[in-house]
Amino acid sequence: MARIGVFICHCGENISATVDVDKVARLAGKLSGVAYSVDYKYMCSDPGQTLIVDAIKEHKLTGIVVGACSPRMHEGTFRKAAEKAGINPYFCEMANIREHCSWVHPKSDETTRKALDIVRTMVEKVKNDTALYPIKVPITKTALVIGGGIAGIQAALDIANAGHQVIMVEKSPSIGGHMSQLSETFPTLDCSQCILTPRMVEVAQHPNITLHTFATVEDVSGFIGNFDVNIRLKAKSVDFEKCTGCGSCWQKCPSKKIPDEFNAGMSFRTAIYTPFPQAVPNKPVIDRANCTWFTKDGKCGVCAKICPTGAIDYTKEDEILNIKVGAIVTATGFDIKHSDFFPEYGYGKHPDIIDGLQFERLASASGPTGGEIRRPSDGKIPETVVFLACAGSRDKAKGIEYCSKICCMYTAKHAMLYKHKNHHGKAHVFYMDIRSAGKSYDEFVRRAIEEDDVNYIRGRVSKIYEKNGKLMVVGVDTLLGAKPVTIEADLVVLATAVVANEDAESVAQKLHISYDKHKFFAEAHPKLKPVETNTAGITLAGACQSAKDIPETVAQASAAAAKTIILFSGNELTREPVVAIVNRSAAPVFTTCTGCFLCQEVCPYQAIEREEIRDRAGNLLMNAAKVNAGLCQGCGTCVAMCRNKSIDLQGFSNQQMLSEVMGLLNVPFE
Amino acid sequence: MRIGYYPGCSLQGSGKEYSDSLFAVAEKCGIVLEEINDWNCCGASAAHALNHDLSVALPARTLALAEKQGLEQILVPCAACFGRLANAQQELVSSEPMREKISDYLDMPIKGSARILTVFEFLQEHIFPVADQHIVNKLNHKTACYYGCLLSRPKELTRLEHPEDPMEMDKVMEMAGAIPIDWAFKTECCGAGLSVSRTDIVAKLSAKIVEDAVSRGAESIVVACPMCQMNLDLRRPEINRQMDKKSDIPVMFVTQALGLSMGISADKLGLNSHFVSTGKVVSCVGRKEL
Amino acid sequence: MAETFEPKIVAFVCNWCTYAGADLAGTSRTKYETNVRIIRFPCTGRIDFMLLIKAFQNGADGIIVSGCHPNDCHYTSGNFHARRRWMVFKSMLEFMGFPTERITFSWVSAAEGKKWADLVNETTDSVRALGSFTDYKNLDFSQFNQMDHEAIAR
Repeated sequence: MARIGVFICHCGENISATVDVDKVARLAGKLSGVAYSVDYKYMCSDPGQTLIVDAIKEHKLTGIVVGACSPRMHEGTFRKAAEKAGINPYFCEMANIREHCSWVHPKSDETTRKALDIVRTMVEKVKNDTALYPIKVPITKTALVIGGGIAGIQAALDIANAGHQVIMVEKSPSIGGHMSQLSETFPTLDCSQCILTPRMVEVAQHPNITLHTFATVEDVSGFIGNFDVNIRLKAKSVDFEKCTGCGSCWQKCPSKKIPDEFNAGMSFRTAIYTPFPQAVPNKPVIDRANCTWFTKDGKCGVCAKICPTGAIDYTKEDEILNIKVGAIVTATGFDIKHSDFFPEYGYGKHPDIIDGLQFERLASASGPTGGEIRRPSDGKIPETVVFLACAGSRDKAKGIEYCSKICCMYTAKHAMLYKHKNHHGKAHVFYMDIRSAGKSYDEFVRRAIEEDDVNYIRGRVSKIYEKNGKLMVVGVDTLLGAKPVTIEADLVVLATAVVANEDAESVAQKLHISYDKHKFFAEAHPKLKPVETNTAGITLAGACQSAKDIPETVAQASAAAAKTIILFSGNELTREPVVAIVNRSAAPVFTTCTGCFLCQEVCPYQAIEREEIRDRAGNLLMNAAKVNAGLCQGCGTCVAMCRNKSIDLQGFSNQQMLSEVMGLLNVPFE
Repeated sequence: MRIGYYPGCSLQGSGKEYSDSLFAVAEKCGIVLEEINDWNCCGASAAHALNHDLSVALPARTLALAEKQGLEQILVPCAACFGRLANAQQELVSSEPMREKISDYLDMPIKGSARILTVFEFLQEHIFPVADQHIVNKLNHKTACYYGCLLSRPKELTRLEHPEDPMEMDKVMEMAGAIPIDWAFKTECCGAGLSVSRTDIVAKLSAKIVEDAVSRGAESIVVACPMCQMNLDLRRPEINRQMDKKSDIPVMFVTQALGLSMGISADKLGLNSHFVSTGKVVSCVGRKEL
Repeated sequence: MAETFEPKIVAFVCNWCTYAGADLAGTSRTKYETNVRIIRFPCTGRIDFMLLIKAFQNGADGIIVSGCHPNDCHYTSGNFHARRRWMVFKSMLEFMGFPTERITFSWVSAAEGKKWADLVNETTDSVRALGSFTDYKNLDFSQFNQMDHEAIAR
C-alpha cells in the first residue's frame, strides 16, 4: 500500500504569491495514497530537507512528491534526501509548480487548481515507481588510437603517460601523417619534422604504447569500457624482427617508377620502400600492387637475394589481431582536393599548377628538389609564382561551402618560403579574406606582405591557361574597383580545400559514429562537447572532425586523451538507471518479445542486442531483444516502437505515463 | 518522331546560313524539321532587361504554340533563343502561380512539357546515328571549336558534360574529319549584344578569342551561335585593328562544317555569304590528310 | 450566467527541449493561459500515441505534442520517429473522422520560452473555439457486447 508524502514549497514568495500553497497541501493530503502532506517556505534548504527526511521516517513514507521548482533544478537534491531517509531515490518525483505554474499565471483559483493538478499527476506517477539502482559497467583500461598523425601521437602519449595502455593503429607504413610532409610550420617557421620526429620516436619507444603500422581497423563491436576490435595487420612482406633497416633492398629494387605518395606524386619510389628517411618504424614494406614479384608471378626477388638478414617474406599473409579496449580515440586526419578538381584551371593538365602539399614537398629539404622551388615541368626556378587562396573552399558551386581554416596561413607561409629562397622572384596571392585569427598569426601574414614583399590581390581567379610557356592567371582586383588582372606565372599553387579522407565514411560506419554531409565526424555538441561523439567511449581528435591547424589539433588530442583518462579513472562506470528493459519471465514464456527488432533499428546508440533464448537442452527457441544498459541513454524511442509492449523504460514506464495522464484528467476538482 | 523547329529572329536574318546549313544537313540525313506556326521573337536581351513577366511570356507563347501543334521536341539552334525558352519553361514548371499567370496573359493553355533541344543534343541524338553513311569528305585541318557564353551557361539549363571545357562541338568536328584543338578561349565572351552599341568592346574581346585560336595553329573557328559568328566574322576589321597581326581565319557554323564533310556544296551551305572568306577551309576538303 | 467553456489542454513534451523551453518561459515570467498541463517524457520518441487517445477519452479537449527541432534531438533521432509516427497517426485519425485540429504538433527548443507561451495561447484559443470534446462520449459501447464473436472468429 503506497504511503506518499507531499511537500509543497513556497519558494519564498515565488510560488506562494500566486498559488494558495496551504490549500494545495491540504487538498493533496486527501488524495488516495497520500499519507502526509505539508507546506514549507524553502524545501531545498537544509531545514527543508531535514523536514522531508524526518517525515519519511516518521510517517513511514514509501515515496515523495515535492511540489516546487523544475526537476531540472532540484530533482537531484531531493532524491539524495530521500536516499538519506532510507528509501530508494527513484521514489521521489518533483511537481513543477513554479516555472510551469506560479511564475506564468496570475494569482487566481485557476492557478491553484492547476498546481494541484500537477501535484496529483506526479502522485499517480510515484505510486507506479519502481526501485532503480545505478548501473555499473566494467572498464578495460586500454585505449585504441586510430591514426598516427600528430593528433593520434599526442593523444597516445597523454594516455600512455597517465599510466594506461595504448594501442595505436596507422594505415601507412609510418606514423607522422601530413605533418611529416610539411617543410616549415606557421607561425614560427619551425621545421616540421624537427618538432614531430622526437614525438614519433617517443611513441615507438613508450612502454605503454603498442604501435601497429600498415594496419587498419577491420571492425568494432561492443560498447564503452568494453570494445572488441579486430585489426587487420596488412602483410608487410618484411619480417620486422629480422630487418635492420639497412636499406639495401630499396636501393636495389628495380621497380622505380611508382608515384611517391609522400612527395605528393612529384617523384617516384620503389616497390619495397620506407615512406621517408625519418619513418617510424624505419623498416620497409612491400607495396604488393606494384611489386614485380607479386604482379608478374614470382619474377624478380632481388630484395630477398640482397637482404643480409633474410628478412623478406613474400608468403606472409594479412593477419587479423583481436584486441579489447575500453575507449577509442579517432584521429584519422584529412586529405586535400587536388588540382584535377578544377576545370577552370585546366583539370590538372598542367604540371606547374600544383596544390599546397605539393608545394610543401618542393620546399622541403628532403623533398624531390632538395628544398629548391622548381617547376615540376622543366625543373627551372620560377620567376613569378601565383598563389590562389580559397581554391574550392567557401564555394557553394563547388560543393564545399565551408572554410578550410589553414590555407590563409599556409599560403602566406608558402609565399614567404618562396621569397626567402628566391629574393628576386615575384610572389602574388589572390585572396578573398585573410583568416589569421590565432596567436601571432596576423603578424605572420603582415610579415609576408611587409617584409617579404608578397603582393596580395583581393579577388578570385576565373581561369588559368597556358600560353607560350607561361601560365596566364586571369583574375580580378576588387580593391581597385574590380579591375581585371592577368598575371603571367611560371608556377601556380592552389590552396585547395581540406576534405575528409576517402575512407572516412567507412571508418565512421565501422565505429558507429555520426558524420556530416562532408564526411567529417560529428562531435556530440558543437559548443560544449567538441571531442566526444554520440557513441559513448569514442572521442575525436584532429582534422577528421573539421579542418584545423596543428596547435588546435594538439589541444583537441589532449582533450580526447583527458576524456579517456577520466573514463579510466574508476574501476567501473556508473550510470543512471533510466534505461530500457525487455521483459523476461520463466519458461515457457521467457519473454513477450517476438524478436522483430524494430527497437534495434531505431536505437541511436546500438544499445539493443540479440539474445538467444534456449531451452534446457540448449536448443535455440528464439532471438529476443536485450538492452545493453551500458549503452542505453534512456530516450524510449524503442518503447513507443514496440508493437506488443515488451520493452519498457525504467523511470518513464508505460504504467507510469498512463497513470500520469489518468491522474491528471480523471479526478474532479473538489 | 516529329521534331519542332524554332529559328528565332537571327536564323531568319543575319544568321541565315546557320538555318540553311542546318536544313541541308537534316535533309541529307532524312530528318524533317517542323517549324512552329506563328512563332514570335523570344525577347532576347531586351525583354529580360525590361520586364520579368514579359521575358517569360514571350518565349512561353512559342512553347504554348508548339504544344498546340502537338510537338514534343523542339530544336532551338540559336544559343540566346535556347536560353530564353529553356529559362521560361523552367519558370513555368517550377511555379504553378507563375504558370497560371502566364497562361492568363497569353490566353492560351500552357504546360511547359515540350523537350527543348540544344543544337548539340539534336546532332548527338538525330544526326550522329546516321552520319557515318553520309560523311564523304574529311575536313583535314585544325579547328578551334568556340562555344561562347550562352551555349555553356547556366550549366543546369545548357546541360554540357564539362561546362568549363566542353567537347560536344569538338566531337562533331572530329566526326567531320577535322582536328579540334585544345585552346583557352572556348567559353570566353565575344562581346555578345554589344556588337552595335559598343563595337570597341566586342573588338577587344573577340580579338582575344581569334588571337588565341590562331596562335595555337587553328585554321578555322567553328561556332554554334549566330551572335558569336557575327562578332567574330562581321567585326573582323575592328578585331584586326586590335591585333598585332591581322587574321583572315574563317568562322563557320558547325552545321556548315558538318555539311561540307557530307559533300553538300559550299553555296548551299551559305559558306559564300560570310564576310571573311571561307575559301581556304573549303579547299581543305580533299587535300592530303594531315 | 453561463460559464464560459475553458478547454483542458494536455501537453506531451520532451525533457530536453520543450520542457526546458517551458521552464525558460517561467524564469522569464512570461504570462500565458492556464489551460495547459505538461506531461514530461525523456524524448518525443518515447510518446506512445495511444496516450493521446486516452487523454481525449478522459476529458482532454486539446493536445500539444512538442519536442526538439529536427536535427537537434538530444538522443539524435527520437524526434524524427515521433514526427513519422505523427504523420501516420494523423492520417489514421482523419480517416476515422477524428478532429485532428485538436492536436498541435510543434517544435520548441530550450531557448524558445516565448514560443512556448505563444503556442499555449494559440492552441488554447483555437480549442476554445472548437468547443468541448464530447464525440467520444457519444459512442455506444453496448454494441460490443452484442457482437457475434463466433461469426467473427470464423
